[in-house]
Amino acid sequence: MGEKYRIAIVGSGPAGLSAAAHAASIGVSHILLEKTDHLSDTIFRYQRGKYVMATPAQLVLRADLNFDAGYRENILETWNGGIAEAKATVRYNADVKSIAGEKGDFTLTLTNGDTVQAETVVLAIGLQGNPNLMRCPGGDLPHVQYQLDDPTAYIDEHIFIIGAGDAGIENALGLAADPAQANVVSIVNRSADFSRAKDANVSNLMNARDAGRVSTYTEASPSKVEPGFITLEVPDGELRLKCDRIIARLGASAPRKQVESFGIEFTSANNDACPKLSPTFETTKEGIYVIGALAGYPLIKHCMNQGHDVVEFINGNLTLAPADEPILAKKLAELPGGRSVADWLELLREKVEILNGLSPLQMREFLMGAEVHFYRANQVIFERHAIGSSLFGVASGSVKVEINPANPAITVPIGAGSIFGEVGLISGRRRGATIRAAEDCIAVEIPRTAALKLMATSKEARDTVHRITTERTVLQIFGSGLSAADVAGVLAKAEVKEVKPGEAIIKEGDESYDIFIVRRGSMVVEREIAGKPVFLNYIPAGQWAGEMALVEGGRRSATVRAAIRSDVIKLDGDTFRLLLNRKPELVARLRSDMSARRRIGEFIDKEKDNFSGVLDYYTSVAKFLVDQGVGEATDVLLIDEKLCVGCDNCEKACADAHDGLSRLDREAGRTYAHLHVPTSCRHCEHPHCMTDCPPNAIHRGPDGEVFIDNTCIGCGNCQRFCPYGVIRMDKPPPKKPGLVPWLLFGMGPGPGEPDKAWKEANAKHGDGSHKQAIKCDMCSGIKGGPACVRACPTGAAIRVSPENFLSVALLDRGRG
Amino acid sequence: MAGGVRQVDRSDVRKHEGFLRDGNFRWLWIALALCAVSIAGYLMIDAEPRPRGGTMYGYTLGTIGALLIVWLALFGIRKRAITTGVYSLKAWLSAHVYLGLSLLVIGTLHAGFHFGWNVHTLAYALMVLVIVSGMFGAAAYAVLPERLSANRGETTQRQWLETIRSLDSQLRDAAQPLDRAEADLVRLSTEQTDIGGSLWSRLTGDYSGCKTRRAVEELARTRRSGPANPSLDQIDSLLKRKQETLAQARRHIRIKTILEVWLYVHVPVTFALLAALTAHIVSVFFYW
Ligand SMILES: Cc1cc2nc3c(=O)[nH]c(=O)nc-3n(C[C@H](O)[C@H](O)[C@H](O)COP(=O)(O)OP(=O)(O)OC[C@H]3O[C@@H](n4cnc5c(N)ncnc54)[C@H](O)[C@@H]3O)c2cc1C
Ligand code: HEM
Ligand code: SF4
Ligand code: SF4
Ligand code: SF4
Repeated sequence: MGEKYRIAIVGSGPAGLSAAAHAASIGVSHILLEKTDHLSDTIFRYQRGKYVMATPAQLVLRADLNFDAGYRENILETWNGGIAEAKATVRYNADVKSIAGEKGDFTLTLTNGDTVQAETVVLAIGLQGNPNLMRCPGGDLPHVQYQLDDPTAYIDEHIFIIGAGDAGIENALGLAADPAQANVVSIVNRSADFSRAKDANVSNLMNARDAGRVSTYTEASPSKVEPGFITLEVPDGELRLKCDRIIARLGASAPRKQVESFGIEFTSANNDACPKLSPTFETTKEGIYVIGALAGYPLIKHCMNQGHDVVEFINGNLTLAPADEPILAKKLAELPGGRSVADWLELLREKVEILNGLSPLQMREFLMGAEVHFYRANQVIFERHAIGSSLFGVASGSVKVEINPANPAITVPIGAGSIFGEVGLISGRRRGATIRAAEDCIAVEIPRTAALKLMATSKEARDTVHRITTERTVLQIFGSGLSAADVAGVLAKAEVKEVKPGEAIIKEGDESYDIFIVRRGSMVVEREIAGKPVFLNYIPAGQWAGEMALVEGGRRSATVRAAIRSDVIKLDGDTFRLLLNRKPELVARLRSDMSARRRIGEFIDKEKDNFSGVLDYYTSVAKFLVDQGVGEATDVLLIDEKLCVGCDNCEKACADAHDGLSRLDREAGRTYAHLHVPTSCRHCEHPHCMTDCPPNAIHRGPDGEVFIDNTCIGCGNCQRFCPYGVIRMDKPPPKKPGLVPWLLFGMGPGPGEPDKAWKEANAKHGDGSHKQAIKCDMCSGIKGGPACVRACPTGAAIRVSPENFLSVALLDRGRG
Repeated sequence: MAGGVRQVDRSDVRKHEGFLRDGNFRWLWIALALCAVSIAGYLMIDAEPRPRGGTMYGYTLGTIGALLIVWLALFGIRKRAITTGVYSLKAWLSAHVYLGLSLLVIGTLHAGFHFGWNVHTLAYALMVLVIVSGMFGAAAYAVLPERLSANRGETTQRQWLETIRSLDSQLRDAAQPLDRAEADLVRLSTEQTDIGGSLWSRLTGDYSGCKTRRAVEELARTRRSGPANPSLDQIDSLLKRKQETLAQARRHIRIKTILEVWLYVHVPVTFALLAALTAHIVSVFFYW
């Protein structure tokens, strides 16, 4: 048996490296175990020349290794040098498979069978996980690889890509890009279509296939790998094909399963939950610590600080104040009462119901992303119709909601412990009412992403938010004159249901009379005419459906189905009827609200004979738009190709209004019936792009626009998550001469985004600009609004929100 | 089927209407009113000889006309200067078109139907030329986009170029086993692909010199006379695909060219007009 180390550090990312360097510098016995043959694999795998950012700027770096914003190569070099200099003990090709034993006596087993003994373990394995492996015979041969670093490195080979997700398709296109490489590239897809990948990738692949650059095998899977050959199982048998290299892109399995197998518990079953941790990063398995991305801290600086701190903790220094202490202290300095950071954290955790379930460490992290405000009595916290998606928790005092915009004197109180602002959280839409402080109060403001993360990690938080939002939504919608007590019965029977795209919640002709509130997502309303469904209307989140049958009796007059994956609150019809019986004014209110859509119904009845062809046509247009993501959009750019002369003034205007980079591609995108949806942001109600942005740089702005701020680190995650391919990674071109010199003397490239050649010829190196994510920001902050629309000479380019556009009202426009 | 709390208020739902209909034909009405007033003025003023440039009325019309011309010419800058502030280029174009047309009336009345071989009439003629080309352009803008869109479908120019390039490389590969004469045929097409061509070809869609077409024709002849040859069949189908793509791209280019070609009259003649207008005004004031 070998030496027993004080600390075994698993994973040599920024977190693990920093831990090892610190252990080495203070002379604690340690070993750094790294799966690959180099340090810091995640950063090693960034694309060549990537500029790595060092955010958050205000956080001090507390590590023995250096880290400054800079190029990938330089950073890796610094770290390699730093680790060598510190004389840290590193073991490469040491993939830890299992950890057994207890604190003081752990045995780590590597995949090659070796074991390592240690008293404590620091897990810093990041989130990359392990690529899913090829399971067929021969899948372990050396010419099977799971990643492609440099597509230009292979020449004259028969290469098979297995798996047709975005990664696979991008690899295939990369390998086939340059015909001079003369590779024969094939991609193998298990299903019949390429639905897992983004449209833009799929259409590029289709073009490459039609052009003969890539072969595609669908409904195929590899059944055998031999040196020089691959055998595919295809619908009509087996194919044995020449093959020099296999690149398997079958996705990765998150490291969670493995981590759990070490005896470590996670905070919830949710996908993005993290391990439960103590303030010293210790897990539920005593003696095992988790730091870095796996602990929920994706930024390199955090990772490195934690590497330093965890070694200090293990070494017995339990009084070490975390590196974020001064930041938190500054955040809390404005508050009355003069408590210490730890006291404030504890107070907030105890007072605000949704924070009750957090650990002190989670509270810290949580507060880094949140703000605590002190409001004087009567101070406005936010105004009705303001855009904002943050959630507030009342820690002390109380606030009042102005439920009647016409008369601000009518208010409803929200007391300490409760939350408000949750509507923006659920649907990403505007504030429904003005809220003021009723007395002096302290409230925590939680940005949407932090709130979603909170809900993902803490079940208590999730349940509380759901309970309160359902009650509030019902009160807000059926509002005036009802109190929480009135709707208690309805709420007790209310159900939150998830609806799949296309699934109907109400079917025409049925005798049901439940009411549905769309909480998230959107619905389309259809009526069957002459055997075909006709599109009537669009219901965005925050509105409801189904009250007609209840109020007026009779069968359902139309079908309501989900346009995209949605959540609805189902209110039981019988209980609701009891409420209606007690509250005749509610019936009157519902009737008046119904008149508008009754008009649509009458209009259809009147027109259906004359216009059945036209109705079909608009139904298909509406369907097309919903398929193009308009169903989850809040604002989308459309181009009426009956008017577009192709002058590209829209693109030029966009570029000239935004540092010379256009955020829209007019020509690309889908077209139906002369209605073109160009490649440009839809400002989704629930933006996919926000899913995993390490510095949290994507926000929803004051006009509902989804925008990316300057803290973007250029990791490309948003680009991968956006299903509409509207994000590009680029850096602003050099400044060009103005319009007048161009007009008079032909100086510079003229209006619009300069072409590549000009950009390169005029590039200034070392001007500090780096590739960042670029997308439409709806021209926020530019007076006059969207430049693309303003600059279209013919009126072809319009920006619309779906509820104004997706309606039978289309009919009038078509004929007008 | 729905009601509820409207949470999205769009204060500015931009109306979806083309430049000719902008603001319910606002600029058409304004231009018509301008013409009506000018004509009424012309008829009412009881001057003998009939009013023209040198009268008070003539000056007024002349000033309006000259200012209009300068303003119309500034459209080229408005179009390219992406300034902030609430403006709509569509409304500008709408005004441009209708006020530009009204110049026909204003200019003619200003001239008082007196024409001759002088700089004054030159300015008038240039103005008419600009306006007539503008009319052509406006008509093209109103009619052609729909055809452009129908031809394009969901493809883009870049895709056509790529398709043609890749068909070329497939053709080259497929031509490897052929004998010299046949391979030369294929080379005709791969070495000279004229997508756009001369302005004449672009406008008329006449590509009778197209090498791909010649290759297809000659190949058909060879295949008729010679024995069956599978590699020739493949080449034939590749060439035909290339021809289709070329045809689509050329239709696109043809429509785009018509949408743009008139500007090559409209804009240079605008500059000539501005020069002639200056000469006209200067000569009127100094050499009268
Ligand atoms: C494309 C991209 C760009 C980014 N850009 C930035 C940026 O500019 N700025 C920034 O702050 N952050 C950036 N990030 C985020 C940052 O890179 C990661 O969050 C960070 O690397 C996480 O560090 P870590 O130490 O926790 O884990 P990782 O860096 O993921 O390191 C984990 C290490 O553990 C090893 N390992 C895994 N499993 C085992 C095992 N079982 N046994 C042994 N070893 C194992 C791995 O090989 C790897 O070397 C970016 C991320 C990506 C993907
Ligand atoms: C004396 C009168 C006119 C002058 C001086 C004038 C001048 C101009 C100028 C300078 C441009 C800018 C071209 C460019 O930079 O791309 C332009 C564009 C245009 N003009 Fe005129 N014009 C006149 C009359 C008209 C009339 C009468 C019409 C239509 C009936 C017309 C229709 C147009 C159109 C459609 C455009 C193109 C808009 C675009 O694509 O951006 N013009 N004109
Ligand atoms: S960038 Fe974000 S908001 Fe825009 S379309 Fe993509 S996912 Fe939606
Ligand atoms: S709204 Fe502004 S940022 Fe968005 S595409 Fe149009 S011009 Fe570009
Ligand atoms: S500015 Fe208008 S007409 Fe010109 S390309 Fe864009 S949408 Fe078409």
